[in-house]
Amino acid sequence: MALLQISEPGKATAPHQHRLAAGIDLGTTNSLVASVRSGRADTLPDAEGRHLLPSVVHYLADGSHEVGYAARAQAAVDPLNTIVSVKRFMGRGIDDVRRLGTVLPYEFVAGEGGMPLIRTVAGDLSPVQVSADILAELRQRAEETLGGELEGVVITVPAYFDDAQRQATKDAGKLAGLKVLRLLNEPTAAAVAYGLDSGNEGVIAVYDLGGGTFDVSILRLNQGVFEVMATAGDTALGGDDMDRLIATWIMQQAGIGEEVAHGLQRRLLQAACAAKEALTDREVVELNVELDDGTRWQGTLTRAQMDELIEPLVRKTLSPCRRALRDAGVRAEDVQQIVMVGGSTRVPRVREAVAGFFGTEPLVDIDPDKVVAIGAAIQADILVGNKPDDEMLLLDVIPLSLGIETMGGLTEKIIPRNTTIPVARAQEFTTFKDGQTAMALHVVQGERELVDDCRSLARFELRGIPPMVAGAARIRVTFQVDADGLLGVTAEELTSGVQAHIEVKPSYGLTDNEIETMLRDSMEHARDDMEARRLREQQVEADRVLEALQAALDEDGERFLEAEERAAIDAAAQALAEARGGDDPRAIKRAIEALEAASKDYVDRRMNANIQKAMAGHVVDDFE
Amino acid sequence: MAITLTPAAAERVKNFLDQRGKGVGLRLGVRTSGCSGMAYVLEFVDQIGDEDLVFEDQGVKVVVDPKSLVYIDGTELDFTREGLNEGFRFNNPNVKDSCGCGESFNV
Repeated sequence: MALLQISEPGKATAPHQHRLAAGIDLGTTNSLVASVRSGRADTLPDAEGRHLLPSVVHYLADGSHEVGYAARAQAAVDPLNTIVSVKRFMGRGIDDVRRLGTVLPYEFVAGEGGMPLIRTVAGDLSPVQVSADILAELRQRAEETLGGELEGVVITVPAYFDDAQRQATKDAGKLAGLKVLRLLNEPTAAAVAYGLDSGNEGVIAVYDLGGGTFDVSILRLNQGVFEVMATAGDTALGGDDMDRLIATWIMQQAGIGEEVAHGLQRRLLQAACAAKEALTDREVVELNVELDDGTRWQGTLTRAQMDELIEPLVRKTLSPCRRALRDAGVRAEDVQQIVMVGGSTRVPRVREAVAGFFGTEPLVDIDPDKVVAIGAAIQADILVGNKPDDEMLLLDVIPLSLGIETMGGLTEKIIPRNTTIPVARAQEFTTFKDGQTAMALHVVQGERELVDDCRSLARFELRGIPPMVAGAARIRVTFQVDADGLLGVTAEELTSGVQAHIEVKPSYGLTDNEIETMLRDSMEHARDDMEARRLREQQVEADRVLEALQAALDEDGERFLEAEERAAIDAAAQALAEARGGDDPRAIKRAIEALEAASKDYVDRRMNANIQKAMAGHVVDDFE
Repeated sequence: MAITLTPAAAERVKNFLDQRGKGVGLRLGVRTSGCSGMAYVLEFVDQIGDEDLVFEDQGVKVVVDPKSLVYIDGTELDFTREGLNEGFRFNNPNVKDSCGCGESFNV
């Protein structure tokens, strides 16, 4: 019979209605899948008890493929058809990849829309396809382990991933047959794993030292919502570098020259890695390496010696920490919790250095290799509805306001920054000119008042608006941001129902640094922006008044105005046109008021005439 | 009248309760649904109700409501592993037949 798991009180599901969910850490080197079972989140091992799945896919000529350890073993034998580190190509254009490309053995060809394809014996494959093959393997493991189909998954991505990279990750999930409930930032997932989201507010640092990369993120928690304030790192710094330093030390001790054969080099690195791992719990470790001439070299390495060897690397991680703090505008003592992620944070010297830098003991209770996947699993469990609603979390916010351009090049913010997502907001706009049948919409991102200072995301047109007088059309513009931060904008003319829609295409992503810069600019330029907005608003108003007046004068100016009156109005209009060309909003406003005063009698007469015309031929009853 | 746990199940339940950080015991029960009559309920207990019966086995409080007890009296709860899958199994002497997957049953 089926095996059961313990549910939360009142949440036992009916048979065949299990809502199985998993969290996936889709890593550059290794991937993991985790799930919450009987209230406990843990990573799921394969049949051999291995939790990690190497993010490697080996493609064969018959179109089949293998994933994980088996594929990794082929990397040296069949490098062109064994794809490693595919995460680095996700959401990249072919030009980006070529720039990265010097050390990569793969042959890239340009696919549709500049997407890079990797040429293998199994055909040309996109990075999305390769990632999907890794995800499908994890999906299979999860479904076998949990005994059913997955209802949904949460996949983690680096905090610095832009929209294109996020979209590519989502596409890979879809291709693997997964319902991606949400993409979650890796540092946020790590913080969730430690339950830090249950606190109210605070600043959290996530220190992620993996095999080959280092990332540090500063998060701000505010009422259960994490905001990534800053990220920094080094894409070529990690535990592998420690191994190399230790291996070099062994070579010096053993009197081996710098030129060594591949086989020995690999044995040295393996010995170094094993020694490093052993020194996590022990003070001293015995070394025993077989040399090329068949003899063995034996020696000992103490933890103190290793600490000294790796000290330069440890120091090197602290400058990105400093940079991240500076970018986030916080001090080390403001950081309340430090979450350790990545296998290399097991090294005692690393923990010590981090504790010293931030002045707080870092959190290390959860396996640093698994912590991201575990956080994702907890989030997935909540999103599929296995937890009471009051524990439901909103974890991401919009980093910069989203809005559209209005007349005069001003931005109208539709969704303000720091709004939690998913979110939909609508605002109504109208036409500016009589008989206007189309409206150009310009979607922008940023905090500044003028469109020119914001980032342009997309442009589209709403056509087929029925001709009406200016201001009569009602155009509702709806902004919708889904849980992954992807934006869709719809414009609809409400009286006729004509609609236009645009998905804001990826590749417009911003790095956290760019966001920081844009925010800082908006603060620094707040006063200028206010002035600029006031000026533009008055200019737009002036144009509107002048245009309406001209239209009226053309129609019935002769009928209602004496030459003298007409001259006064023309003079006031002329004065307004001049003021409008200047840059003093107050002068424009005064000129508008002067023109309105000059044309008041004229406007009254027109109004009366129009009312009489409208009422002519009706009896009073018609108006009741 | 009793509900018992195998040592493996008792250890797991204690472990899960510790991890969860709250909860006084484990609720076993049945409810009507599923493709063959009844379905098992297996939940953490935060509050024991007035009518609930409480059995204690190997340091684990097992909570059962009286209506459910008639269907599962004498059950031994086990924790087992089948391939990659692991979880709890009701060894219920009252069951006459169950649906193919065993998630629901008849007495």
